[in-house]
Amino acid sequence: MPKVKKIINDPEKIVDEVLDGLVAISQGLLTRTPGSRVVRRAQLDEGKVGLVIGGGSGHEPMYGAYIGPGLAAASVSGNIFAAPAPQHVYEAITEADTGAGVLLVYGNYAGDVMNFDMGAELAEDDDVESKTVLVRDDVATPDIDGRRGIGGAFYVVKVAGAACAKGLSLEEAAAVTERAQFNTRTIGVAVKAGTLPETGALTFELGDDEIEIGLGVHGEKGVERSGMMPADELTEKMIERITSDLPFGEGDRVAVLMNNLGATTQMELLIVYRKVAELLEAKGIKVERTDIGAYFTSQEMAGFSITLMRLDDEIAELLDAPCESVPFTQG
Amino acid sequence: MVATLDLEQLRKVLADMSQAIVDARDELSEADRETGDGDHGSGMARGFAAARDAVLAADLNSAGDAFKAVGMAVLSTSGGASGAVFGTMFRAPGKILTGDVLDGAGYAAALEASAEQVAKRGKAERGNKTMLDALIPAAEAAKTVAGEDLSVVARAAAEAAERGSEETKGMIAVIGKAKSLGERSIGYRDPGSISVSIMLKEIADGVDAA
Repeated sequence: MPKVKKIINDPEKIVDEVLDGLVAISQGLLTRTPGSRVVRRAQLDEGKVGLVIGGGSGHEPMYGAYIGPGLAAASVSGNIFAAPAPQHVYEAITEADTGAGVLLVYGNYAGDVMNFDMGAELAEDDDVESKTVLVRDDVATPDIDGRRGIGGAFYVVKVAGAACAKGLSLEEAAAVTERAQFNTRTIGVAVKAGTLPETGALTFELGDDEIEIGLGVHGEKGVERSGMMPADELTEKMIERITSDLPFGEGDRVAVLMNNLGATTQMELLIVYRKVAELLEAKGIKVERTDIGAYFTSQEMAGFSITLMRLDDEIAELLDAPCESVPFTQG
Repeated sequence: MVATLDLEQLRKVLADMSQAIVDARDELSEADRETGDGDHGSGMARGFAAARDAVLAADLNSAGDAFKAVGMAVLSTSGGASGAVFGTMFRAPGKILTGDVLDGAGYAAALEASAEQVAKRGKAERGNKTMLDALIPAAEAAKTVAGEDLSVVARAAAEAAERGSEETKGMIAVIGKAKSLGERSIGYRDPGSISVSIMLKEIADGVDAA
């Protein structure tokens, strides 16, 4: 196997150096205690619920970078593809709290759930209240409660951040975020594996002429592996999976997120979106918002995900509310 | 036959056990590469290097303090699913071992508490192809000989853990990242169960050498 080329220094220091870079490029928006796995807003919204997000590193900009006004108060990063330790989750919760409690939003993975739960229990011992919304948008898993959190996490985090910024109570912010989470459905596709920066190992095996629908962001098995196919045929399969899942139907208002998993070209995403728009129009589903870019990646994995989030007035307002962060800002 | 360990002996046994996990880093990562993403060894090595240092430096007023020092160090540094479950495994006996010696009954009770807490935290049960498939049989084996010398109890636990770990080869993973492999996970030992087996064997050897 040829050695993987990545522009890094000491593999053991990747997470530290990524977080250093994030704080440096934020121009004062973010702050971090040196050596800590927690990055937070330099100025918190006093008296409002603090949103804490987090998970394994290696998916940049998710989760660590979506911090700022209208988004998270703090994030906590684990090692590459590994959940953060409870002590670090605890630090993030206590740093984000200004008295109104903390909303935790992260992907539904066994390691994350255990470590965040333990971190939340430690914070509870300090009388810091928290509530959790697990992102579980991946329709490739049939069991709805066991679903993984993938690209749609961006929309869920956006809604959660806006709910906190609006001054909702912890109870209210958690409720609208859970509703937004439930309304968010995603399917991914991969054509080439990424590699782990510490070892150079491929995150999964996939033949040169193969494509896998529903493959997870760490290489978890998907729903259909086949030979390569044209973009339109692939898009039809993916949209069918998503729209039949919630289900989405005529008259529904949606936001559509086209997420690049790392190495797919904008050219390909636009070709796919062209077909997405056509298929949704034919179903009478009204697209009110679109986003395209790299929101939740998996190293240099080639592939993308399509997310549909069903909108109601409240969710649409929160999704469109202003926010500022290193990777994503809207007026 | 060693009937009990005093606190200084227990400190050494747990520090040596932690070092054994650090030394097994490559073996554990290799095992994890078959069914997971190959990071079990690095996470465990990081956590148990900290555990070794913590238990060597800890103020020990009870046997539970020694186990808790290991658990808290792992919880603070390891991360990942393995950090949570192995931190929990060692933190669990912290409150129940209040005496200043560890005897066979105490060790059996510690393993039982560990298995219960890990199962609760991981929402897992026996047969799911996890560390519990080594830890639960170890706790059961220890309980059946709990009235005997510590060295007998520790050896029974270690042997049951190794057998249990070996049996995970025939199991299908239903939890964690390996679950996506489904039936493809058959034929491989669960890396977490290998870690438990190494730990309990090191403890048994350490007790014998004390």
